[in-house]
Amino acid sequence: MDELLELTAVQAHRAMADGELSAAEYSDAWQEAAAGDGLNAYLWRAGDGGAEAIAVEQPSVAPIAVKDIFCTEGVPTTAGSRILEGYRPPYTATAVRRLLEAGAPILGKTNMDEFAMGSSNENSAFGPVLNPWDEGRVPGGSSGGSAAVVAGRLAPWAIGTDTGGSIRQPAALCGIVGLKPTYGAISRYGMIAFASSLDQCGPLTRDVGDAALLLSILQGRDGCDSTSVGLEEAPRLPDRENLDGLRFAVPSDIRGDAMEPGVREVFEATLGRIEELGGAVAETPLPHAEHGISAYYVLAPAEASSNLSRYDGVRYGMRAGGNGDLLEMYESTRAEGFGAEVKRRIMLGTYALSSGYYEAYYGRAQRVRTKIAEDFANAFSEFDFVVTPTSPSTAFALGEKTDDPLAMYMNDFFTVPMSLAGIPAISIPAGLAEPAGGGPRLPVGFQIAAPAFAEQRLLDAAHALERAIAFTAKPGEGNG
Amino acid sequence: MAELEPVIGLEIHVQLSTRTKMFCGCALSFGEEPNLHTCPICLAHPGVLPVPNEEAIRFALKIAAALECEVAPRSIFHRKNYFYPDNPKAYQISQYDVPLASNGRLGGVRIHRAHLEEDAAKMVHLGESGRIHGSGASLVDFNRGGTPLVEIVTEPDLRSAAEAGAWARLLRTTVRQLDVSDVNMEEGSLRVDANVSVRPAGSEQLGTKTELKNMNSFRFLEHGIEAELQRQRGLIESGQSVVQETLHFHPEDGSLTPLRSKEEAHDYRYFPEPDLVPLAPSEQMLREARESLPELPEARGERYRELGLAEDTAALLAADPETAQYFERVTAAADLEPRVAANWVTGELAAALRQAGEDGAAESRVSPEGLAALIGMVQEKKISHGSAKTVLAALVREGGEPAAIVEREGLTQISDSGELESIVDAALESNPNAVEQVRAGNQKAIGAIVGAVMKETKGRADGGEVNRLIRERLDR
Amino acid sequence: MRGVIDREQVLHVARLARLRLSEEEVERMASELSGILDHVDRIAELDLDEVEPTSHVVSLENVLRPDEPRPSWPREVVLEQAPDPEDGAFRVPSPQAE
Ligand SMILES: [Mg+2]
Ligand SMILES: [Zn+2]
Repeated sequence: MDELLELTAVQAHRAMADGELSAAEYSDAWQEAAAGDGLNAYLWRAGDGGAEAIAVEQPSVAPIAVKDIFCTEGVPTTAGSRILEGYRPPYTATAVRRLLEAGAPILGKTNMDEFAMGSSNENSAFGPVLNPWDEGRVPGGSSGGSAAVVAGRLAPWAIGTDTGGSIRQPAALCGIVGLKPTYGAISRYGMIAFASSLDQCGPLTRDVGDAALLLSILQGRDGCDSTSVGLEEAPRLPDRENLDGLRFAVPSDIRGDAMEPGVREVFEATLGRIEELGGAVAETPLPHAEHGISAYYVLAPAEASSNLSRYDGVRYGMRAGGNGDLLEMYESTRAEGFGAEVKRRIMLGTYALSSGYYEAYYGRAQRVRTKIAEDFANAFSEFDFVVTPTSPSTAFALGEKTDDPLAMYMNDFFTVPMSLAGIPAISIPAGLAEPAGGGPRLPVGFQIAAPAFAEQRLLDAAHALERAIAFTAKPGEGNG
Repeated sequence: MAELEPVIGLEIHVQLSTRTKMFCGCALSFGEEPNLHTCPICLAHPGVLPVPNEEAIRFALKIAAALECEVAPRSIFHRKNYFYPDNPKAYQISQYDVPLASNGRLGGVRIHRAHLEEDAAKMVHLGESGRIHGSGASLVDFNRGGTPLVEIVTEPDLRSAAEAGAWARLLRTTVRQLDVSDVNMEEGSLRVDANVSVRPAGSEQLGTKTELKNMNSFRFLEHGIEAELQRQRGLIESGQSVVQETLHFHPEDGSLTPLRSKEEAHDYRYFPEPDLVPLAPSEQMLREARESLPELPEARGERYRELGLAEDTAALLAADPETAQYFERVTAAADLEPRVAANWVTGELAAALRQAGEDGAAESRVSPEGLAALIGMVQEKKISHGSAKTVLAALVREGGEPAAIVEREGLTQISDSGELESIVDAALESNPNAVEQVRAGNQKAIGAIVGAVMKETKGRADGGEVNRLIRERLDR
Repeated sequence: MRGVIDREQVLHVARLARLRLSEEEVERMASELSGILDHVDRIAELDLDEVEPTSHVVSLENVLRPDEPRPSWPREVVLEQAPDPEDGAFRVPSPQAE
């Protein structure tokens, strides 16, 4: 039984194809594992029923956990919000449909920060997700549920969404692989919008090979998404073993005190590995990257304030204050339906777009976005990749940052620039480090970013590095 | 105090008659049961995305071409944010600082811009529902929600209610000929709002304007504007000033009342729609739009004037494509002088149809060939003008061949001059004093004698010939 | 005034966003938003006059859909989710009082 759960999705896929593994037996094993969720990572599980519309007749691919931000026909879809409690979409997201068509059964819907707004999963209306490495700590966010189920052996793999780091950061904090593809590689249709110009679906997996397989299933142009492009060709499984001739850039301006000492150690060590594998490492300036947070926390809330206006109690979802007039109904519904962080960002975004402030905030932020993309373009004219730590810190304690929004936003410092530039970036586990303030050692993620649509090169390099790092630690196994 | 001059601009919404909505595959519908034509996209369910309707772009480009607009090489969609139950996303996808088309003209009025957007849903107010503090309830029907619209904004070039009405009619005729909309004001596929202000005649700067809505017929449009002009004149002449506001027109009594704003302070927070990519019409799309244009009213009027039609006849036919086509078939049927054919179509035929309570010539029983034949008979003096009217009335009633009717009614003109001469002599005999007066120089008196001849011949005599014979005799 | 958002602005923005805020929410919002905007205001120092704004990272144009009807949704399915369905429509409190 347990060894079934140790197979990577790629291994399981091969075994099922070769008839050495019964798809039914394999799925059952995972349903049983999912049923034992002690992390509050699942909001709905296949066992809970109601999945007729998204059933898979002949499973041939590992079952998958899906962030609760993807619409699944007939199956509750909440985006972690009260305002959508009990909502059952009349349709299924394109990304999920591609999984079903590939033969991957939906194992469950995973918990998340409300409308993907958060870096700790503490903003879910349905309670925080616990980090399998230390249940007193956060799994990261906003795809914290998807990261926790993969790290905690509650699912073989999962999909999430990344707007400013929401796949990469929780993957780092949970010691797994997280990939944010190029904007447009995967359809956004049916993926509940947070910030439309930044949102991108992506894999959270145990290793880089699984990420490649999952990306090959998910990617592709979609007639329902005007902004989807797809990849020129579906990614192959990566097999590269060295980094000969590849040039890695380290942003010169991030070598400050931006990160925990432990994170810095692992980062430096990983740069050493790259060189051992034949790669070249050098510094390059990304002068505007440091303004990424400022630009991001204007643009994303502005788009969100508009995207979340449809939750008005008229057509579906929650309604409150039904006895008064229309204004009262609107204001009660949204006051009771949204959590604190969502309200904060709606306010921030509405303010940034309101007359008199548009140019000062939204307009300038869009221009900063242009400069950040230019910085990356310059870097990629000399380098194949840009590398950073994924997160400035390891998993922090539940409640540690909830009273300081800005401190929470700083978790996205390293991941936001790539989102603004729309380029692909992957986080792989690079080692363990003692968290600031002591305690058992926790996973540290290493982020590699590549030019738009260079997913194959990115996966190949990440695979080579992953082999060399050979990260085998698992939650619960004396990582002290 | 200087004369106050009206300054009027129009804001027109044209519903496009595509098969499907602007951003989803739901079929367009009118007057059907509520919410039969909706889907997750036009109901703004979580996660849905818009994809623009190719045909709507083509239709908009046709309108842009007809209005001689410049088409933006690259225009983008914006979100116009406001909460209202008829606006499911709480933003309308529209165009803002880079509209599809701008700087056009039609009938001497400058077009400021023309852009694409989506229509709102329909709301029915149930009125009082016994709920607390008298607030009633409303029902929302999303069938109409998402219908493609082209919004056309003119410069404030109109100077009277009548001018505004006439121009709106010209726009309606022009757009109707493009086959891109039903442009029916009663049904709401054409909606015309007016920006109205007054200023001292000759002054260059504009006065404070008000926006008039809900005038769902050309008559109401003119009434509404006229009423508002009077109100504004009254205010200014009594030393008060006009407040910028939106006024709702009430067809029942022609009154105007201020409209409550849909959104606090009208702060629409426009920003580029991130779910849509820019629109960059290709040279081919633009060419197709230009080449698909039929002859439009302005050009047609010009051509008719060149054909020698009277100014008002040309204008009449220019504004009425169906009758214009009818007129051209008449001229073609028997190569008649266009001016003559036009006068019959807009004169005698129009009058006969009006009398019979029928509308357009095109829909009538009178075939263009029939009318052409009738005109021919008059010109060849086969029948008199008077008899022609009788025949025309019969054609309107039962259609058919004019010649047959002339036969049946025995209306052929008296061509035997011997017969006519004796009738004339008899008439002179029986009207001695008329004869006296004519001889005394009172030419008018000849009418009595002519009348007598016509009475005798039941109008089958040629008036000209009768006159000649009478004079011939009196001059002896 | 940039970087600092006061009580009145909080209330105005909350109304625009159709959010009712409790007294303590208004106070907290004012200080939190001010703190965030204070950080954001660093981009005010950058010289961006010659820089084009980015609203799309994809370089696509004219992504359109053929004008072919697709079946609409059964009304019962659509209304199943409605908080207050009536006569095949969505019932809402009257806007009149607004
Ligand atoms: Mg409009
Ligand atoms: Zn629809």
